[in-house]
Amino acid sequence: MKSSGFYRVSRGVKRVLLYLLMTVIALIMLGPFLWLLSTSLKEASYIYAYPPQLIPRPLTLESYIAVIKQLDFLTYFLNSVFITVGGISLNAIFSSMAAYPLARFEFPGKKIIFAAMISTMFLPNSAGLIVNFLTMKRLNLVDRRVAVFLPAAVTVFGIFLLRQTYLKIPGELEDAARIDGASEFGIWWRIMLPLSKPALVTLIIFDFVTHWNSFLWSLIILQDPKKYPLAAALQYLQGVFAYDFKLIAAGTVISVIPIIIVFLVFQKQYMSGMAGAVKA
Amino acid sequence: MVKNIKANRVIMAYLFLIPALVFLLVFRFYPIIAGMILGFFSYDFLGNSTYIGLANFQEAFTDRKFWLAMQHSVTYLLVVPFIQLLSILLAIMVNRKMRGGHIFRLAYYIPVVTSMVAVAITWKWVLKSNGIINSILTNVGLLATPIAFLTSPELALYSVMFVTLWKGLGFYMVIYLAGLQAVPAGLEEVARLDGAKTWQVWLYITIPLLRPSILLCTVLSAMSALKVFDEIFIMTGGGPINSSLVASLYIYQTAFKDYRFGYAAALGFMLALVVGIFTIINFKFLGKGGANRPQ
Repeated sequence: MKSSGFYRVSRGVKRVLLYLLMTVIALIMLGPFLWLLSTSLKEASYIYAYPPQLIPRPLTLESYIAVIKQLDFLTYFLNSVFITVGGISLNAIFSSMAAYPLARFEFPGKKIIFAAMISTMFLPNSAGLIVNFLTMKRLNLVDRRVAVFLPAAVTVFGIFLLRQTYLKIPGELEDAARIDGASEFGIWWRIMLPLSKPALVTLIIFDFVTHWNSFLWSLIILQDPKKYPLAAALQYLQGVFAYDFKLIAAGTVISVIPIIIVFLVFQKQYMSGMAGAVKA
Repeated sequence: MVKNIKANRVIMAYLFLIPALVFLLVFRFYPIIAGMILGFFSYDFLGNSTYIGLANFQEAFTDRKFWLAMQHSVTYLLVVPFIQLLSILLAIMVNRKMRGGHIFRLAYYIPVVTSMVAVAITWKWVLKSNGIINSILTNVGLLATPIAFLTSPELALYSVMFVTLWKGLGFYMVIYLAGLQAVPAGLEEVARLDGAKTWQVWLYITIPLLRPSILLCTVLSAMSALKVFDEIFIMTGGGPINSSLVASLYIYQTAFKDYRFGYAAALGFMLALVVGIFTIINFKFLGKGGANRPQ
């Protein structure tokens, strides 16, 4: 009796310690962001104050107003939206189209095409940025915002993900539609697409994170900084405005908020998609 | 008639495939092949290319700066054991059934989804010589002078490594979590009933069953450590005095600052070779004994 009571107490203590440890780790993981957020809401004379204030007093939105009015963050934000929406839509449409015959048809060349796609996962693409830059130059797309999302507009990952999903859709549905006189396009549009919604959502979230966060390719392919998406603009501005950090802090917060919202809303799909993608 | 339908289906198949294939051909297949060939050319910013055989590779072998950068990239592998150990521990912790466990998982994952630009800017601010860490440590009296995390040649590379570790933890945690959930729960229970202590259960049951995940994560993190670019580019730019210059950054500078595309492609190929060698080593060391793969 006594030992079981002791056991229960020690288990309780363990539990509290575990929570404590996990909270400390959570603070390490989120603390820097909170500190940045706090900095962005401070008045200039308080940002180096000691002891550090986590909750700014007085609290001010002047950095955000300055960033939007003087640094034109609305433009960068819209550039990001344009690039992200462009990349996501092309991949969602073209990958889900390409996956259909790969999952459902028999045709000459299928095996070779599939093998070539798999090979891109193993062969090094070490000069990818250079070759893509030269290609864009030849296509006269340098300094155009479309050039930012075109190279990643169709992904092998997307094609694989949708092919896996199509393979699981029962053939009877397809046959029934065919007997009713549906065209191949109709079958893809009315049966395959609606039934693979969860996979499409996963793909869209993944692509959202990729396109929204990418910055290097934008810095290479765009010459006019006014065309930069948020991430590239931040990298560019952090050098220029190093002396006024609260502006950079506010800009960084603006750039991160959409990602955090999308992640929190779609966390389930994202996490399970992540684990599944890596396993495959 | 039947033949017609068949031919029709072949045409349909390609109609569905063509848009995706065009993109993949131009931006995925072509760069792989062209990238290898480019290494044998001298390419200037006017777009004139001349075949120069192995000259780029010969130059690479005597390029001191490249080997220094390569050395730093290999040093970066130090991140791998730390990130693996810590993410396994994190996964075991959050895998427990407990109230609010879900919230912790999300919190640990947030650095993964935020952009490296945002993360690097944030940490630069925190690690500054008059940033919050230094300001607390000096004011409390633990430090006489602030630590130059990012501006001293001895520390810069390691400070950025820490940021890589911090940002990547959640990613590997999720993979290990999936691996843990594939471990039959009964197995650990039985061992515990047989009197095994918690650490014994981990060491003899959980970790061995995680082996496939460990291999996967080690390969992935070693590859990205050798190819590290973003965080270095944003936080130190390779400085001070090249102390954090890594191979990918040097290749980028060769291509887009010096406009020596051919030489950069050759260097990129050599980096890819090193990555390949390390990947093979990982498979050799961690791949054996894969028989106990949980399936």
